[in-house]
Amino acid sequence: MNSAVGSGAIIETDGLTREFRVRDGRRKRLLTAVDGLTVRVEPGEAVGYIGANGAGKSTTIKMLTGILVPTAGRVLTCGLRPVPDRRRLARQVGVVFGQRSQLWWDLPVRESLRILAAIHMLSRAEENDRTAELVEQLELGEFLSVPVRQLSLGQRMRAEIAAALLHSPRLVILDEPTIGLDVLSKQRLREFLIGERRRHGTTLLLTTHDMGDVERLCDRILVIDHGRLAYDGDLPGLSRTVGAQRVLVVDLAEPVPDLTGLDGATHLSSQAGGLRQRLAFDAEKTTAAKVLAAVSGQAEVLDLTVEEPDIEDVVRRIYAASR
Amino acid sequence: MRATARVYWRLLAAGFRRQSAYRLAALGGLVANLTFGLLKVAILFATVRAAGGELHGYDTASMSTYVWLSQGLLGSVNLNGRTDLALRVKDGQVAVDFLRPVDLQAATLATEAGMSLFALIPRGLPSVLLGALVVGMRLPSNPVFYLLGTVSLLLGIVISAATVYLVAVAGFWLVETRGLQILYMLASGFLGGLYVPLALFPGWLRAVAAATPFPSIMMDPIDVLSGLGGEAHAAGLVLAQLAWLAGVAAAGQALTRAGRRRLEVQGG
Repeated sequence: MNSAVGSGAIIETDGLTREFRVRDGRRKRLLTAVDGLTVRVEPGEAVGYIGANGAGKSTTIKMLTGILVPTAGRVLTCGLRPVPDRRRLARQVGVVFGQRSQLWWDLPVRESLRILAAIHMLSRAEENDRTAELVEQLELGEFLSVPVRQLSLGQRMRAEIAAALLHSPRLVILDEPTIGLDVLSKQRLREFLIGERRRHGTTLLLTTHDMGDVERLCDRILVIDHGRLAYDGDLPGLSRTVGAQRVLVVDLAEPVPDLTGLDGATHLSSQAGGLRQRLAFDAEKTTAAKVLAAVSGQAEVLDLTVEEPDIEDVVRRIYAASR
Repeated sequence: MRATARVYWRLLAAGFRRQSAYRLAALGGLVANLTFGLLKVAILFATVRAAGGELHGYDTASMSTYVWLSQGLLGSVNLNGRTDLALRVKDGQVAVDFLRPVDLQAATLATEAGMSLFALIPRGLPSVLLGALVVGMRLPSNPVFYLLGTVSLLLGIVISAATVYLVAVAGFWLVETRGLQILYMLASGFLGGLYVPLALFPGWLRAVAAATPFPSIMMDPIDVLSGLGGEAHAAGLVLAQLAWLAGVAAAGQALTRAGRRRLEVQGG
């Protein structure tokens, strides 16, 4: 019955809604954290789920995994109903909450992995193979016998990921997995996730405030704002939707006055008395080459760079537009 | 079925190992147990002597048995109402527990039982041994009491974990369960027979205690282990413990199921 309804999608929601009663001074009011979310994710996709704090990201994840009971609407994850089928679903989903730990605080990492292997009823061979794979990929070897409470944040996050992925889940949900990590740790984590997806065809759903995560990991983006889906598509499409502009930066042979009168481009700023100038242009209406040609008509260009739209800015525009 | 048993067995072992990570705390617990044990000896021995050497079936030797068994059990049964789970409900960490393909109650009880069993090594056994050495006590010669006593002790440990579990899952409704925890602490110690043997209570208070699971956590295992009242009485106590275990475990299942609908994960 479940598989008939699921029809192959790994996540399928229809009008998914969750309300909370919140105390506001003396009064109680109803807060709609997720509001009529309808979305479908196919196996193998990598989806970035982004939105401001309080937009409803974590609430959605908790409903997808059977932790929270929806107020209204329908949800199927891996073809299962998350709340009644919670334990069956848990065998197919791996979740990392960046702010919560699923490791045993007092025990060595190795011990946590062994307990989780037992919890997921892995055979001895499965357990050994998968543990060896994760230890190698995530470089856990050096701290495998260290109690979790003595790990650094970067080490702990790697161990958390290993713990969530030990049972080779079809769907991996990461709730701000790179929060607080340094650049190198973020980079390694992303590389691991890309590799994991390539090797096992795992579906990824991740929430993040780090746009680097989205750019490098995701081929589809969902933007949620005030509980509603504000955007569903790819990254370039998102930039186009909000009309984000690209920026051409030119280094000139000699200082010239601000290049204000160019066709299709607007002058943003000048540095070093006009030696370096930043020009914004709309990628829908003109091209970097045309703008460059226009600049070359007025000054000699020594060097140039094109700045891609800043995704933080893109998202900010979406929030601003829907407010 | 065997795989399921392996899951909870592994969780029990994890609890055991977790507790073993804190040896210094266990030593501190032992010192406290011994100190309060000596205090209880002083007060209860004086009471027995004031009553003419025998009080409700206790002489000083059997009173000593009561004191050291109760002090030894104290490290392994939960008479303070505090649990990891209550904290996890309060800060929302319980969300992680629900992401595992295990029953929350069974997993919690297995872990707690593992921790309790470990505590017998640094706290339970030394309390009884040192008490026997320093003060002296009477132990039964019939091995039946040791066999039944072990069963009763294990039941007491699990009943205590299953009863504090009720306090913890009340957090699905209350969030802050400290008031309930303090109530549990006051009631369980007093009615469980931590301060004086329940035989010293007036009849009506014994009836009140018998209406709660608390005697089956501490007083019953002590009575069975010390062999007071004979084999049939001991067997009856173990059966009553089984009934209490079934009752509190069923209540825990029902509360967990109802609470899941109420759960609002705290802390985002």
